[in-house]
Amino acid sequence: MDLARPEVTAPRRGGAAVRLALMAVPVAFFAAFFAYPVAAIVTRGLKADGVWRFGRLWDVLGAPDIRHVLWFTTWQALASTALTLLIALPGAYVFARLDFPGRQALRAVVTVPFVLPTVVVGTAFLALVGRGGLLDELWGVRLDTTVWAILLAHVFFNYAVVVRTVGGLWAQLDPRQEEAARMLGASRLAAWRTVTLPALGPAVAAAALMVFLFTFTSFGVVQILGGPAFSTLEVEIYRQTSAIFDLSTAAVLTIVQFLAVGAILALHAWTVRHRESTLRLVDASGTARRPRGAGQWALLAGVLAVIAVLILLPLAVLVRRSLSAPDLGYYRALTRTDGGVFLVAPIEAIGTSLRYAVVATLIAVLIGALAAAALTRRDAGRFVRGFDALLMLPLGVSAVTVGFGFLIALDEPPLDLRASWILVPLAQALVGVPFVVRTMLPVLRAVDERLREAASVLGASPWRVWREVDLPMVRRALLIAAGFAFAVSLGEFGATVFIARPDNPTLPVAVARLLGRAGDLNYGQAMALSTVLMVVCAVALLVLERLRTDRTGEF
Amino acid sequence: MSLLSLDGATVRFGGRAVLDAVGLEVAEHEIVCVLGPSGSGKSTMLRAVAGLQPLDAGRVALDGRDQAGVPAHRRGVGLMFQDHQLFPQRDVGGNVAFGVRMRGAGKAEQARRVAELLDLVGLPGAAGRAVASLSGGEQQRVALARALAPRPRLLMLDEPLGQLDRSLRERLVVELRELFGRLGTTVLAVTHDQGEAFALADRVVVMRDGRVAQSGTPLEVWQRPADAFVARFLGFDNVVEGTVAGVAADTPWGKLPVGEDAAQGTRSLLVRPAGVRLVAPDEGLRCTVAARTFRGTHVAVALQPPDAPRLEAACALRDAPAVGDVVGVRFEAAETVVLGGAAPA
Repeated sequence: MDLARPEVTAPRRGGAAVRLALMAVPVAFFAAFFAYPVAAIVTRGLKADGVWRFGRLWDVLGAPDIRHVLWFTTWQALASTALTLLIALPGAYVFARLDFPGRQALRAVVTVPFVLPTVVVGTAFLALVGRGGLLDELWGVRLDTTVWAILLAHVFFNYAVVVRTVGGLWAQLDPRQEEAARMLGASRLAAWRTVTLPALGPAVAAAALMVFLFTFTSFGVVQILGGPAFSTLEVEIYRQTSAIFDLSTAAVLTIVQFLAVGAILALHAWTVRHRESTLRLVDASGTARRPRGAGQWALLAGVLAVIAVLILLPLAVLVRRSLSAPDLGYYRALTRTDGGVFLVAPIEAIGTSLRYAVVATLIAVLIGALAAAALTRRDAGRFVRGFDALLMLPLGVSAVTVGFGFLIALDEPPLDLRASWILVPLAQALVGVPFVVRTMLPVLRAVDERLREAASVLGASPWRVWREVDLPMVRRALLIAAGFAFAVSLGEFGATVFIARPDNPTLPVAVARLLGRAGDLNYGQAMALSTVLMVVCAVALLVLERLRTDRTGEF
Repeated sequence: MSLLSLDGATVRFGGRAVLDAVGLEVAEHEIVCVLGPSGSGKSTMLRAVAGLQPLDAGRVALDGRDQAGVPAHRRGVGLMFQDHQLFPQRDVGGNVAFGVRMRGAGKAEQARRVAELLDLVGLPGAAGRAVASLSGGEQQRVALARALAPRPRLLMLDEPLGQLDRSLRERLVVELRELFGRLGTTVLAVTHDQGEAFALADRVVVMRDGRVAQSGTPLEVWQRPADAFVARFLGFDNVVEGTVAGVAADTPWGKLPVGEDAAQGTRSLLVRPAGVRLVAPDEGLRCTVAARTFRGTHVAVALQPPDAPRLEAACALRDAPAVGDVVGVRFEAAETVVLGGAAPA
């Protein structure tokens, strides 16, 4: 018996070694560029003269203005989430179950806002509801001083999260489940409530948590639309670090946000693990039908109207405002250096952004693919699942913290990158990795283990198995992941705003700076630059939609 | 008056008629089985009766009342889906109680009905079990209990035993027939398996390309298939074209004897394997034995005549010739059927 044991355990040990090797690079990456900077900023904030001062926590949390920020952050996130669900769930149904001309294209269109830089979203809504905006021109209505501008911008931004997460599952639910309920005497509504809704529940919860997470940590939108009256934690952290230089308050706020995000992510991981566990899923391509009856036509019309008003209109207004100077004046102004805002012509930000985004994408895909491969391995245990959750953290942890952490932590040996351009792509890749992992994992996990077994029985080495079986199946997912990482890197604002050098601003940073200056020309240039950014992101996304895999991704 | 009647029922998918002017009557307490290959429109017919698929033309009537505009949940018919469609998030009891609950029954009545039906299908005490823990046969029983629980006036079964293994299928089909007979349930079932249809049904309806090809008792259909398609679908391969004149038909297999009242002219003819008798090589059509297959009760022998299609004969094991033997073949008039419809191309 003792002789048999090594034979049994040897392959397992080999598997563990492979897994460790796969995980080493992502772990090192996260340790150096995420944990270390965050730890540095917390230390800087809470440690004075070599002594930890945890009392600062209570001092900060007790301050009325901070309590107000916490309260606002929470309730606006709750309100945004509720509003998004209310508006996007009918959309999820329409995209999942109704077949109408242009469905594919429209699904791509509603996803555009999600990859749009938050700065552009803010700018678009400013052009719609702000001073001199479309509503102001037509009816004299301004919302930019109210919380509604923020809430609507959040719905705009997160509509696709609900449509894709919930609608993706909805399309795969077997319609005959509802038919079975109908045959047993349930009305349409009763069948939906008793059969479909419980099946969708976990996906709705997962989508709601994601929306809550994104709105809880919202920065660019609130920064632009919030004015002095409304400030989220993220905006407050930015203000404390860059305007007031109160590091210890910023550090405390960072810790608070860190804990909140950790809790939300844990909840999300739990709901995702329970999702689809007992559902019977079918091919999504066969479940959509032409609309039938007045109810379905009305629903379709309603959803299309909402999309037109809430998603297309802000984008259209943005484009219109950018064109409102004669002879494309705002666009031409982008090519000049005499604006005084930058050292270079704003147009050069396009090249800079693209260069950074390509490098960030390469890093994110490498790190993310390695992590996804490690997470897919059959023998993945509790430790690996923990790693899975860890990978999600950069999605929700204050990008401002990351950027600021980079600034104060990576400026001395052994990691003195202060003067290096690589700092920006590194920070952007950090935000891109979770998207890569989330896109790759479901596809990798869906590769039938027996296919791999069949290949190895036919004589393929583990490496050949990966190349011949896994790679062909995940190639499209890899491309999609790369596209997402690219779009996210392109739009990253919170971290980049800290570390981009004045002579090399990225597009979102340039937009924010232009908006920060008075004058019609600056405003118009911001609109023009946002339009350029939007077009680049939209093109990237439309290319992705062509590549879309049939698995339900989460984004 | 029949419980269910279809009159010119037509369903088109993108211009193609999946259900083409189908007429069908099902009387109360009758068990009708619709038999046909996949794509013949049988499932679409069930969906049309259920109200899940609107008709493009024609009408569906239940108890003489036109069902146009009556939504699926108000038709009072039950449908057992091909893959059962049990609700995975409910336990067995929750599934069976569903239909009763939708009709507004109280908790006590639901529980009583669930227990009653689980007893009926032979799964007493299974109410608390998770659907995922059921075997294929148990799922089938739960699906049946769920469909029967709200007492539908017509129960429809879509490939009721399709996914089960053979021995279980043969046992369950007998149980089903007994159960429906005892309850007096009116049943409309569809299947592609003629054994299942013959064992279950009072009447069999064979469908082809959205049309009814033949309708009759299992015995009638088996004995006198309406045309070459039905004959081949029932598993008869000895179908040949010939010219009938008087009581004999001229075919590639030589002269076949036919009944006295046989239709004359160019026809398709069927010889059942039992009607192919093996004799000495010089006493009939000379054939070489190409293959033999043991079928349990008999041996199926494939015979190759010179310059003519193969023949299948059924013989007792001890009489069966070996592969390569040369035998003679004679045909019996009683097992030869002159088929209707167009001769095969």
